[in-house]
Amino acid sequence: MEKFKNLKSIPAYLPLTNVDTDMIIPKQFLKTIKRTGLGKSLFYEMRYDEDEKMIKDFMLNNQPYTNSKILLAGKNFGCGSSREHAPWALLDFGIRCVISPSYADIFYNNCFNNGILPIIIDEKIIQDLSEYFKRKEEIEIKLDSQTIIYGNKSVKFDLDPAKKKRLLEGLDDIGMTLGKTSNIDMFESKLKYNKPWI
Amino acid sequence: MLKTLYDKIWDDHLVHQQADGTTLLYVDRHLVHEVTSPQAFEGLRMHKRRVRRPELTLAVPDHNVPTTDRSKGILDNESKIQVDTLRNNCKEFGIQLFDVNDKRQGIVHIIGPEQGFTQPGTVIVCGDSHTATHGAFGSLAFGIGTSEVEHVLATQTLIQKKSKNFRINVNGELPPGVTSKDVILKIIGTIGTAGGTGSVIEFAGKVIRGLSVEQRMTICNMTIEAGARAGLIAPDEKTFEYFKGRPMSPKGEDWEKALKHWKTLYSDEGCEFDNEINLEGKDIEPLVTWGTSPQDVSPITGKVPDPEEEKDEERKTAMYRSLEYMGLEPNMKISDIKVDKIFIGSCTNGRIEDLRLASKLLKGKKVAKDVTAMVVPGSGLVKKQAEDEGIDKIFIDAGFQWREPGCSMCLAMNDDKLKSKERCASTSNRNFEGRQGRGGRTHLVSPGMAVAAAIQGHLSDVREIK
Repeated sequence: MEKFKNLKSIPAYLPLTNVDTDMIIPKQFLKTIKRTGLGKSLFYEMRYDEDEKMIKDFMLNNQPYTNSKILLAGKNFGCGSSREHAPWALLDFGIRCVISPSYADIFYNNCFNNGILPIIIDEKIIQDLSEYFKRKEEIEIKLDSQTIIYGNKSVKFDLDPAKKKRLLEGLDDIGMTLGKTSNIDMFESKLKYNKPWI
Repeated sequence: MLKTLYDKIWDDHLVHQQADGTTLLYVDRHLVHEVTSPQAFEGLRMHKRRVRRPELTLAVPDHNVPTTDRSKGILDNESKIQVDTLRNNCKEFGIQLFDVNDKRQGIVHIIGPEQGFTQPGTVIVCGDSHTATHGAFGSLAFGIGTSEVEHVLATQTLIQKKSKNFRINVNGELPPGVTSKDVILKIIGTIGTAGGTGSVIEFAGKVIRGLSVEQRMTICNMTIEAGARAGLIAPDEKTFEYFKGRPMSPKGEDWEKALKHWKTLYSDEGCEFDNEINLEGKDIEPLVTWGTSPQDVSPITGKVPDPEEEKDEERKTAMYRSLEYMGLEPNMKISDIKVDKIFIGSCTNGRIEDLRLASKLLKGKKVAKDVTAMVVPGSGLVKKQAEDEGIDKIFIDAGFQWREPGCSMCLAMNDDKLKSKERCASTSNRNFEGRQGRGGRTHLVSPGMAVAAAIQGHLSDVREIK
């Protein structure tokens, strides 16, 4: 997994609550057997009309937001289906950081497995940050110090230290867990004795 | 120390725990389907990793499979590639597969319990949010992403942090015509789609105890629509009876040992929950959803809400968006909403009891003119059971289409989908924009309410079917 580096970008802004993963990437794109190539279909039904033509006034179809690395979103972002295609689509589009007051659990975890930083922050801050979306000005994300920098202001965000470490170092979860194989072996030998039916 | 059911299962599966609470949790059972697994197997291949315990994983294609005649194979090329990929991956890594034409094929969350693969007290995962369904048997079951599927395949464990304990008691009795689908819709309508975020919800109370295990599955299935990590119901005699003699259930001496363990699976009397709410069964009516979020519920006797009466600005905006998408006017009677399609099926309501209930109400009646109705049994075995009982005939005589098993119109990945502006009374679990087809309008209902809508041609009260 690619290491998470500090980001500077004009944020995109989707002021909707309960954005579900069907909205982020609809089902017809789940037929892929790859992780890549989903960026062009991100938010498909908002970005393209029924004749597959680009909807001009949707922000992600317009400069400079086509290059945004940061997405400001409403609360309970990523609810619904567990599809990891949602973070894959965001990543493939170029989004490396989502900022929202809250997320659905599975989506939140899926982000970290793909090097995306999902920041949880108060709605008022998102309102402030949305001014930078309107004015097309950059904001900055510093993961090591857990800060969002905008204009001459900055705000800290909370993050689980283990999750932070994984993003910063681009760690491979499976590789780390395989390092604990002896623990798993031990667990399984107890299991065989205590619960032979498993 | 007093423990909740969730605490007990969690503690029983700890492989390793770090000081910060990050836990390596053992996974007893892993279910795999064709949509969320190809990239996981590809990852294993790339890193030259093997599947640690292939016998603990069971695979089935369900999302992409056609529900019409399968003798010609899958015509949609992308769907075919995905199903073929699952078959090849299972062969390469030694995983048991119920293939498209296997009589045991069906929706992953229906076949798990049906086979006895699902068991009380286990940790069960699948790359699918409706894995929560299996919680109805007292197993800790939750959906995971594809990276985590790969992690489970390689290590038979998952990296997790513990969720909060949340208990919802549904007390008293349910009025006639009210089913477990209405109970879970009521719960989602009460706590909202993010109400359970960060929690595992245990469902308890007299109403829950009184439900059959299949009805309990409907409740746990939609726990994810309340945002929770998982739903749980303590196993009881009904649960144990359900597993007796299933193909993958423990046998002989193992059965006795398992039963002894299963009987310890309940929340200790007096243990504390981080959150607890009570609902009264008598307050629950047959419900339908009017909007594009599962929390947008109304009694069938109610009206479409008026966003102008909503004080919260954000909620008001969301309501306007929903009503526009759904093509509904504020204050119109719910029972005046005409429907074009009826879908009975899905991991929420595609089991034999659902089909029995629906067919009993439907017997001798006809689907309304201009309404297209279909039944998609949850598995090949459900389909066969229904046919043995003559249930298929009741549906077909009434004008329903009787299909092959799969996920079908619940998420419209195959040909079963709504056209733009088509309106459907559906026994599935999500009414999101575009869920059943772009521009399609979904009203979530119970199987009985789906039958009522099919007969009347508009949303209507199941209690009025004579």
